Amino acid sequence: MAAKLTQEQMQAYWGRTSSLMWTILALWFFFGFVIHFFAPTLNGIRIFGFPLGYYMAAQGSLIVFVALCVWNTTAQNAIDDEFGVSDE
Amino acid sequence: MAGYSVGGSGFLQNLGRIYALYTGGFLGFVVVLGILEWIGVPDRWLGYLFIFMTIGVYALIGVLSRTAEVSEYYVAGRSVPAFYNGMATGSDWMSAASFIGMAGSLYFGGYSGLAFILGWTGGYVLVSILMAPYLRKFGQFTVPDFFGARYGGHVARMLAVLVLIAASFVYVVAQIVGVGIITSRFLGISFQVACFVGLIGILVCSLLGGMKAVTWTQVAQYIILIIAYLIPAIVMSFQVTGVPIPQLMYGTALEKIAALEQTLKVTQPHSAAFVNAQGQFSAVAMWNYFALILCLMVGTASLPHILMRYFTTPSVRQARESVAWSLFFIFLLYFTAPAYAAFAKLEVYQGLINTPIANLPEWVKSWGRPGLALVGACDAANAVQQFPLCRGVTGNGDGILQLNEFRIHADAIVLATPEIAGLPYVISGLVAAGGLAAALSTADGLLLAIANALSHDVYYKMIDPNADTKRRLVISRALLMVVALIAAYTAGSLGADILFLVSWAFSIAASGLFAGLVLGIWWKRCGNASGVAGVAAGFFVCMFFLYTTEFHGPWVKQAFSWLGDIQIVKIRGRDVAYIWGINNISVGIFGIPAAFIAQLLVGRFAAPATNEMQEFIDSIRVPSGEVKLAPGAGPAH
Repeated sequence: MAAKLTQEQMQAYWGRTSSLMWTILALWFFFGFVIHFFAPTLNGIRIFGFPLGYYMAAQGSLIVFVALCVWNTTAQNAIDDEFGVSDE
Repeated sequence: MAGYSVGGSGFLQNLGRIYALYTGGFLGFVVVLGILEWIGVPDRWLGYLFIFMTIGVYALIGVLSRTAEVSEYYVAGRSVPAFYNGMATGSDWMSAASFIGMAGSLYFGGYSGLAFILGWTGGYVLVSILMAPYLRKFGQFTVPDFFGARYGGHVARMLAVLVLIAASFVYVVAQIVGVGIITSRFLGISFQVACFVGLIGILVCSLLGGMKAVTWTQVAQYIILIIAYLIPAIVMSFQVTGVPIPQLMYGTALEKIAALEQTLKVTQPHSAAFVNAQGQFSAVAMWNYFALILCLMVGTASLPHILMRYFTTPSVRQARESVAWSLFFIFLLYFTAPAYAAFAKLEVYQGLINTPIANLPEWVKSWGRPGLALVGACDAANAVQQFPLCRGVTGNGDGILQLNEFRIHADAIVLATPEIAGLPYVISGLVAAGGLAAALSTADGLLLAIANALSHDVYYKMIDPNADTKRRLVISRALLMVVALIAAYTAGSLGADILFLVSWAFSIAASGLFAGLVLGIWWKRCGNASGVAGVAAGFFVCMFFLYTTEFHGPWVKQAFSWLGDIQIVKIRGRDVAYIWGINNISVGIFGIPAAFIAQLLVGRFAAPATNEMQEFIDSIRVPSGEVKLAPGAGPAH
């Protein structure tokens, strides 16, 4: 069992966790919404036959979402290990 | 193998080997059926074998997972590794609407259908960063448990139960409709009877083993549904492009479709974004697109049957990892769906349109015949005799199929693809088994979420906290049966288009639960009254607009004209009000902000959380250490 965090350690831990959350939330918002506003323009570009705007909604953003989940897992695990609060 | 059981320690140590054997066995079964077909066994028998064999396997897992332990019944003993919980979540998540309906929506909607693809994946990012690890650390049995513990007791718990039941019940009815459609089609029985046959398939999985049984069945169901979804798409891609990677190769299909749209004078191009039927930019189409994505994503992060899957992992770390696995397994199906739509559309434009009726491929006749009626070639005056789908369509009778003489049902895109690709009937049976697995697994998760909320939150926590284990499990199982029967009865008498029901469920859950969950974890000073206000405001605003826009459209148009433009759309046999032109499946755009505004406003003026409550929140924010429940939250389990 890990040692109990002091008040300052807890604040530092939650500060790091929160900024990771906000970073990923911003990227989620960009790839979930913002980029698709430009779909009519992006559709002018074709890659392997895919109009780019269509591709981003059908595949591109999905790949980013998976990557964001993997990133959150590894980055948060690293924070947990640094503060010695992992539960494994 | 005395004492051996599914979910036991021997089972958990050998998961990889067991499910590899299972997958091999299933593929072997498909090959055997292929041989049976080749030696002349009739198609109907193959359909029976597929449906009864797969349901039989799920039942076997369900019986082997029977349990008399409360924690196994509610959270699978918290012993499900991240990877397998990811697969179980995948099939819990992907319903008949995803498996059969989505490719059809993409075929008809083109770009606008992609809102479902984005909305049903992006929400997992929110689950990962905002919810899953903290709910796992909290470590109780249900989502209303969290509301009870965080917002000071029974009022918050009861409201959460109310939202959970409203959202999950609407959703489970849609799933049983899905099971009924597939079963009636492949067994040749009536829809109402098929709903109850499906019900048996659902109950045998969950009744004896609760969450433990549902978990290990869902893993088995995921394996079947993903194999069934990928094989026809891979073969189709190989035939059309020569490369068996549909997800990469449908780009060339999109390009050919774009060229054919020019010659066929299609006004609404397949991949054009935010256009109306005339092919012009439409702001209403754009706002509908984004409203739907928002409701589906936020709904994902609020649906209790999904969140409760993250209560079952052995650790906080694994809960987090398992969200990533879940999304990966879901992604495998969702990034294939647009390929189905593109290849089917290309086949129609290239192989059917401007083809003499006499030369149409065999699959048009077999999927269009009375009884199936999923395709229609409506050229001749009496075409409706051969193709019931042609009712109301008048062809010009020139013996050649024009674009406006062709009809296809959304479900045909996935169901008929094996035959379009010239695959043997056994693959069609495989696809049906996959669709059934998708619908059954989601229905199981939803029914369990409803029954657990009733038995654990309402009965045990609020009515009889002294009930012993045996009594609690008896009550749980009895409630599961009752809820399942009511759902099957409702489905049998409804039997309609299911996509709007599913979307409502997302809007309801998003409006009622999202603000309470997020602010409960991320805003420490948020007090009891503000949490209760958030859930109540979100839920009632959502239900109010859902009910009035659907059933009292003209009244809404009059009473809310000050809001802005309100259109009346004739749909589902009613005059439905579209506020600002937004489809009422996205009614969460009113409920979600209402919940946040109410919770933040009340939070500013009402008493903040007590010190004990703030210590409780600190304790669930950190993976290690004990959870310090605040007083007033009731007994721990």
